[in-house]
Amino acid sequence: MKEINAVTLKFLSRSANEGFARASAAAFAAQLDPTLDELGDIKTAVSEAVTNCIVHAYPDSIGVITMKMRIFEDNSLEITVKDSGVGIPDIEQALTPLFTTGGDDRSGMGFTIMDSFMDKLKVKSVQGRGTSVTMRRRISVRAGRK
Amino acid sequence: MKVSANFDNKTLYLYPIGELDHHGAKKAMVTIESRIDLSLPRECILDMRHVTFMDSSGIAVILKTMRLVNEAGGRLTVENVPAQAMRVIDAAGIDRIVQISALTKE
Ligand SMILES: Nc1ncnc2c1ncn2[C@@H]1O[C@H](COP(=O)(O)OP(=O)(O)OP(=O)(O)O)[C@@H](O)[C@H]1O
Ligand SMILES: [Mg+2]
Repeated sequence: MKEINAVTLKFLSRSANEGFARASAAAFAAQLDPTLDELGDIKTAVSEAVTNCIVHAYPDSIGVITMKMRIFEDNSLEITVKDSGVGIPDIEQALTPLFTTGGDDRSGMGFTIMDSFMDKLKVKSVQGRGTSVTMRRRISVRAGRK
Repeated sequence: MKVSANFDNKTLYLYPIGELDHHGAKKAMVTIESRIDLSLPRECILDMRHVTFMDSSGIAVILKTMRLVNEAGGRLTVENVPAQAMRVIDAAGIDRIVQISALTKE
């Protein structure tokens, strides 16, 4: 699949950057002329992935989060959110709805939301090395566009 | 995140204002907890009309608020939920345990 555009952002795992990451993803995705609902879904999925880095990957420290976004010629958007944090020991368990290691500040629904709001979700992780989450969403081409 | 509140006729109204993500939830929960402690409401309405964004951190806020209100002997209702937040609530399936209604635009 031919890549049309790409951008990579690096930022610290501070919770103030959750809004920054969402706004950046929305600004980049705007090239695909998404509907408000599609934009909402993308922002929500990005918020989940970035929050996981802040809360789980770097629990007691500040680390670097890399967010890479790409647009392909089939009008799809791919977003990869990567950290160099603690990693996930059991990915299948982590993807299970309601599973959380975060206590009552968390609901264990982040991955479930990413999975249902995006077309594809791929999680890679090495314990002690970090995690990368790749999500893809095709934006519908609307009649009367451009 | 700011949460404005008012207590009227044994009902506590809570209005979170802005983006209810992990960053906002930390602050919002402090206000919500102290307002519930202070008023021990029979009814608590979490009115979401001013929430411009919500993710799973908001789900945890709703569930925690419900627990605190229940512990104080009251009942929680979530009202005027905007479309984006409603999609998150639907995905999480918490409408089975909390009474929730959507924001309807006139
Ligand atoms: N980047 C990450 N690094 C390390 N562990 C992670 C990471 N992302 C997720 N996890 C682990 O996977 C679990 C499930 O993540 P998920 O986002 O589904 O739920 P949560 O973050 O616990 O709660 P919620 O997202 O509803 O606030 C987390 O509790 C955590 O143990
Ligand atoms: Mg999460």
